[in-house]
Amino acid sequence: MKTRKRPAPKEREARFLPYLLLLPTLIFVAAFTAWPTILAFYQSFFRQRLNIIKFREPTFIGLGNYVDLFTDDRFLRVLKNTAIFVAVTVPVSVLLAFFLALLVNRKLRAMGVARLAFFYPVMIPLVSAATVWLFFFTPDYGLFNSALRFLGYSGPQNWTGNPSLALMTVMIVVIWKNSGFFMIFYLAGLQSLPVDVFEAAAIDGANSWQSLWKVAFPLLRRTTLFVTTVAFIGAFRDIDHIFVLTQGGPSESSSVLLFYLWHVRFENSDVGQAAAITMILIVVLLVFTISNFVVSERGSKDV
Amino acid sequence: MFSTGPARSWKDWVSRSSLTIVTIVLAVLWAIPLLWLIVASLRPPGNPMGPGDVWFAFPLTLDNFAKAFELAPFGRYFVNTVVIISMVLIVQLVTITLAAFAFARYDFPGKRFLFLFILLQLMIPTAVLLAPNFSTIRQLGLFDTRLAVAIPFFGSAFGMFLLRQAFMNVPRELVDAGVIDGCNWWQLLWNIYIPPSTATYVAFGLASVSFHWNAFLWPLIITNSEQSRPLTAGLARFTQLGEIGARWSLLAAATLIVAAPILIVFLIFQRRFIQSFMHSGIK
Repeated sequence: MKTRKRPAPKEREARFLPYLLLLPTLIFVAAFTAWPTILAFYQSFFRQRLNIIKFREPTFIGLGNYVDLFTDDRFLRVLKNTAIFVAVTVPVSVLLAFFLALLVNRKLRAMGVARLAFFYPVMIPLVSAATVWLFFFTPDYGLFNSALRFLGYSGPQNWTGNPSLALMTVMIVVIWKNSGFFMIFYLAGLQSLPVDVFEAAAIDGANSWQSLWKVAFPLLRRTTLFVTTVAFIGAFRDIDHIFVLTQGGPSESSSVLLFYLWHVRFENSDVGQAAAITMILIVVLLVFTISNFVVSERGSKDV
Repeated sequence: MFSTGPARSWKDWVSRSSLTIVTIVLAVLWAIPLLWLIVASLRPPGNPMGPGDVWFAFPLTLDNFAKAFELAPFGRYFVNTVVIISMVLIVQLVTITLAAFAFARYDFPGKRFLFLFILLQLMIPTAVLLAPNFSTIRQLGLFDTRLAVAIPFFGSAFGMFLLRQAFMNVPRELVDAGVIDGCNWWQLLWNIYIPPSTATYVAFGLASVSFHWNAFLWPLIITNSEQSRPLTAGLARFTQLGEIGARWSLLAAATLIVAAPILIVFLIFQRRFIQSFMHSGIK
């Protein structure tokens, strides 16, 4: 990392001091990141259900928990929901963020207010936001049904209680809440571009959409990579609104991995299976972040 | 049409104006949840909403807020939230400063390994580890305490990483001058490294406060009484109270109680906030 020679601090000090300085951070990372990972790995090979007396004590069952999960229709449904949730919310909120950044990156007074309007959802707790959206999705007089009726569709539709709509309601809230957050990074990216790329592209005779896709978007590649990584990890982590909107239902139709993990561990008291789901989550996240890192390293060599 | 320069032609002007209109429409759509929340919380409690009647109802009143405070100890929840985020922030500031200083200033065997080990926290969000961390907290005897809500976040890979970048940008001449003056390590840290890194501290502080103000899932499972429950978990409990039912104006008031403090702080410091989020994203 560092190759430059520094004026050597006192020998004794330099030998132990760095480790002492790192000790507090290392203790907390070890206790609340590394240890739980190891513990989950270990527990995932045992059957242990705290609410059933004969399964209270852990028994080794090998890959039993994993086999159970992957042969359980409910879990497969949760996996599918998670895949849909990630595949929809990540690209939609990232693209929307790029578009919003372009819109508000203009020197008009109204744009300052617009930035605030797009960014404030980031500041609101996800559970609070969910309460508001629960109202919007209410049958009969919720805003969504009112809007539909205004457009001539007959309501009332029970959004959060409808198995084919519940997951969508959960995704809409996340997109609304996160786009403004990612917008900020694109705004920073746009402002760091050397010249007004749109002016330059216009001189070259490109139209606005061409300059958008062929000039600005590629130049902001690093921003996109960063934002996508943040969005991806967030998509697995931020599930607070599900508790208020749908509780994962009806019949698992809006449950995603972390929510299901909570359900298995704290509703079913199934320690072994919860540990197996934890491991699945960890593997997905590690595979993604590490491959992302490799891609970005390779990319930065190209430049 | 996305250009920031002056319009070049009539056609350009038209396309830009239409973009402005699109922006305003989107901004209004984005703002509706907050606008509704404020308006609904001011409706008189005895005037339930119905089809086409979900916005204003007169006379405007603060009764819903009074009722919300009566039904749940939001004052206590507020204190808990403030205590938790302060604990997290204060400890984090110490741990990230020391760790960032170690990585920025010294070379030592195992440096790269330890750095990657700490970055593991960025790849596996603590939220995902709620089940095994729950067992750890139980074994430590911390269940249902404010410390239990805060302690998993006392070390911060994100903060360490940001601050290390800032420390590495401290001019070498400054550091060398300090060494020549005979500064020991903590004088060096205090007088040379920390002062030029204030912007990073502010950025990290704002990010940490807003993140932990909004945290929900971990507090939900690790608290079980008014003694430790923060606002977010309190709100979730409130929404499940039998008396609430579909009393939306009451629910709106409770929601606003939870969201308003952080929103007000945000509005006051909005430039700082937005800049610091931008700042923290640049690697």
